[in-house]
Amino acid sequence: MEDIEHIEKEMKLIGADGRRLDGRRFDELRPIRIEAGVLRRADGSAYIEWGGNKVLAAVYGPREAHPRHLQDPARALVQCRYNMAPFSVSDRKRPGPDRRSVEISKVISEAFASVVFVEQFPRTSVDIFIEVLQADAGTRCAGLTAASVALADAGVPMRDLVTSCASGKIDGVVCLDLNKDEDNFGDADCPMAIVPRTGDVVLLQMDGHLTYDEFQKAMGLSIDATKRIYEQQRDALRRRYSVTLEDILKESPPAAAPVEPDEPSSPPEEDFGPEGI
Amino acid sequence: MSEEVVSELMRAHVYRLASTGQRVDGRGLDQPRPVTVNRAFVKTAEGSARVKLGNTDVLVGIKMSVGEPYPDTPNTGVLSTSVELIPMASPTFEAGPPRPDAIELARVVDRGVRESKMVNMERLCITPKEKVWILFIDIHVLDYDGNLFDACSYGAVAALSSTIAPAKAQGLGDDFPLPVEHWPVSVTTAKIKDLLLVDPSLDEERMADARLTVTTDENGDIRAMQKGLSGSFTYEEVKRIIETAQRVGRDIRPLLQSS
Amino acid sequence: MQSSGALRPIVIPGEAVGGPGLKPGPGTYSEGGRVFAAQLGIRDEHEGLVSVIPLNGRYIPQRGDAVIGEVVDQGPSHWLVDIHSPYPAPLHATESPWRVEFGDTARYLKVGDVIMCHVLSVDEIKRVQLTMQEREARRLNGGMVIEISPTKVPRVIGKQGSMVSLIMDLTGCRIYVGQNGRIWLDGDDRSAAVAALAIRLIEERAQAVGLTEAVRELIAREQPRGRGPRPS
Repeated sequence: MEDIEHIEKEMKLIGADGRRLDGRRFDELRPIRIEAGVLRRADGSAYIEWGGNKVLAAVYGPREAHPRHLQDPARALVQCRYNMAPFSVSDRKRPGPDRRSVEISKVISEAFASVVFVEQFPRTSVDIFIEVLQADAGTRCAGLTAASVALADAGVPMRDLVTSCASGKIDGVVCLDLNKDEDNFGDADCPMAIVPRTGDVVLLQMDGHLTYDEFQKAMGLSIDATKRIYEQQRDALRRRYSVTLEDILKESPPAAAPVEPDEPSSPPEEDFGPEGI
Repeated sequence: MSEEVVSELMRAHVYRLASTGQRVDGRGLDQPRPVTVNRAFVKTAEGSARVKLGNTDVLVGIKMSVGEPYPDTPNTGVLSTSVELIPMASPTFEAGPPRPDAIELARVVDRGVRESKMVNMERLCITPKEKVWILFIDIHVLDYDGNLFDACSYGAVAALSSTIAPAKAQGLGDDFPLPVEHWPVSVTTAKIKDLLLVDPSLDEERMADARLTVTTDENGDIRAMQKGLSGSFTYEEVKRIIETAQRVGRDIRPLLQSS
Repeated sequence: MQSSGALRPIVIPGEAVGGPGLKPGPGTYSEGGRVFAAQLGIRDEHEGLVSVIPLNGRYIPQRGDAVIGEVVDQGPSHWLVDIHSPYPAPLHATESPWRVEFGDTARYLKVGDVIMCHVLSVDEIKRVQLTMQEREARRLNGGMVIEISPTKVPRVIGKQGSMVSLIMDLTGCRIYVGQNGRIWLDGDDRSAAVAALAIRLIEERAQAVGLTEAVRELIAREQPRGRGPRPS
């Protein structure tokens, strides 16, 4: 692309071959892996690895909204809590919410409120929890993408999945999906989330410096990428529901109560101890 | 709301099974659930382990930094343990500052590690009175299906044993693995009426009258204990529980040690 | 196991499930003349109505549903019952099968009791009332309760109750299936455990073809040897 050619001279984050420090081209995503239904207690859950990000998302609800005075007689509340584990970043983060995570929680809640059929569940809340276990820039996009899978896994009625991605500018070049170094030393970052079926933008943030033209390039890259990510979200949900019968028999505990032996019983085995590793 | 209450019908069912030596999930009374250990799960931490005890799932990360020692222990590193009972893990957990449950849990895990001298903290002294390593054990509970005491403790032990101190980044020579010298294993037993059940499941824990956590080391010596809930134990029961903890501990220890 | 066989295709929220001429049924919505899935589930089409049978989701009470509830609180003239839904459900003393004096509710039902009851009414803001005046309504004693996803209840019951009858016949257990996903099982410990396992299988494989055979095989495999099913 012409951008790459004209910037090649003085760059650090993009090499002479047009590749970024991690070997990607300007329009390449980091590797993404999504798994649905990974937690037992939550009504729905998903785990995502996105480059160096490891993020869990869980959904509870619709359930009775607490405290009561928050209940809306006409619709469900969609409440997201985004949280980073203390060990998810290089300098330990103090446990508990900070201003950044409160803001991210708010914009993600609002992004989902537009796709969930909230009017079907008056007086309830749909609670979305995002836990960043390992962070490498783009955690809100990874978290939102996983949370969307968790919502569908929970059976929450919704218009569509929501898919998120960021693009930014490094060394003057508009690039897709910045990693941590690129985010730290780059010129701009612009996370967004859309409803893939309709193209509605439900989350949009930007910091740094982009010309209007660069912004449009960035959005173009992100929109294109969300199509690929959307397919991965859908694939994770399909895989979740194709366990085999053998898996179930393996996972289910043996039925309680001993079988009455109709032949002399074999010598007793070690009668306790961990069974797995 | 129903989360806190176990129905009378299920109480009766669990007790009836237990009185014939059985449990709802097919275990024997002194049999823990399967333990799985997944080390080095988090690259941003100096050490980490994801441990599953049945369906209870915890992630422990170890972070290390350099700071000042406490005035009364000028020659030893500092250990700090915290537990977050994040609302993802259970419909009954709420966001907010740690509640007494989480604090007790963190302190019991901390005691097992500290009192067993699992990590030689004196070797984490850099300059007496001035500079020591500070070791943060952060326990993130992801899925709560009973018996967090043992799951968190296993997570902490496995994470510590995989921790590499980032000395180079601090200009303090080469990175080194933590000086691990002992292997504490926590085993929790719940009492339901007159019956003792090792590693209680969620329902068993909710209907338990009393709970006793016993941490033993590789010699079978006792390094920490914590009795919980409003019921009581006879002294005979306490001794039985300790003996079981020694035995179960022997089986679980290799799972925490192997890398 | 062959019989657990093919899975029916799963649709995902936002996926098109029908064009013009089809009416949107449960689990779907229409936009611009087309019908889309609103929930993760299995597509179903019947006489011009397209719907998605959800694979997961909370129980939302409907008038007339038979449900299994647990008493969680009591007042002088009512009990509060957890029916595994987002909404707490009161059971008024006048809807109980007993003549309850004011302030005497604890004599009949206590906190922690499990009951089989019905949804009497649900208003537009989802306030629920329960009743115990239907025939099968009663306090449940003995046995055990398991919980499954309420969306799998129709599969556990089967056509005209065929699936639950099969499990009862093969295991000799008594079984009540609540629309709210709570299932009461009563039988000897082993049979109840086998029945529970069969129900878990149905829950996990609700979208599978050939489920009946899979359930038969599972029960045959898990049943104690040398002991046939008890007559029911």
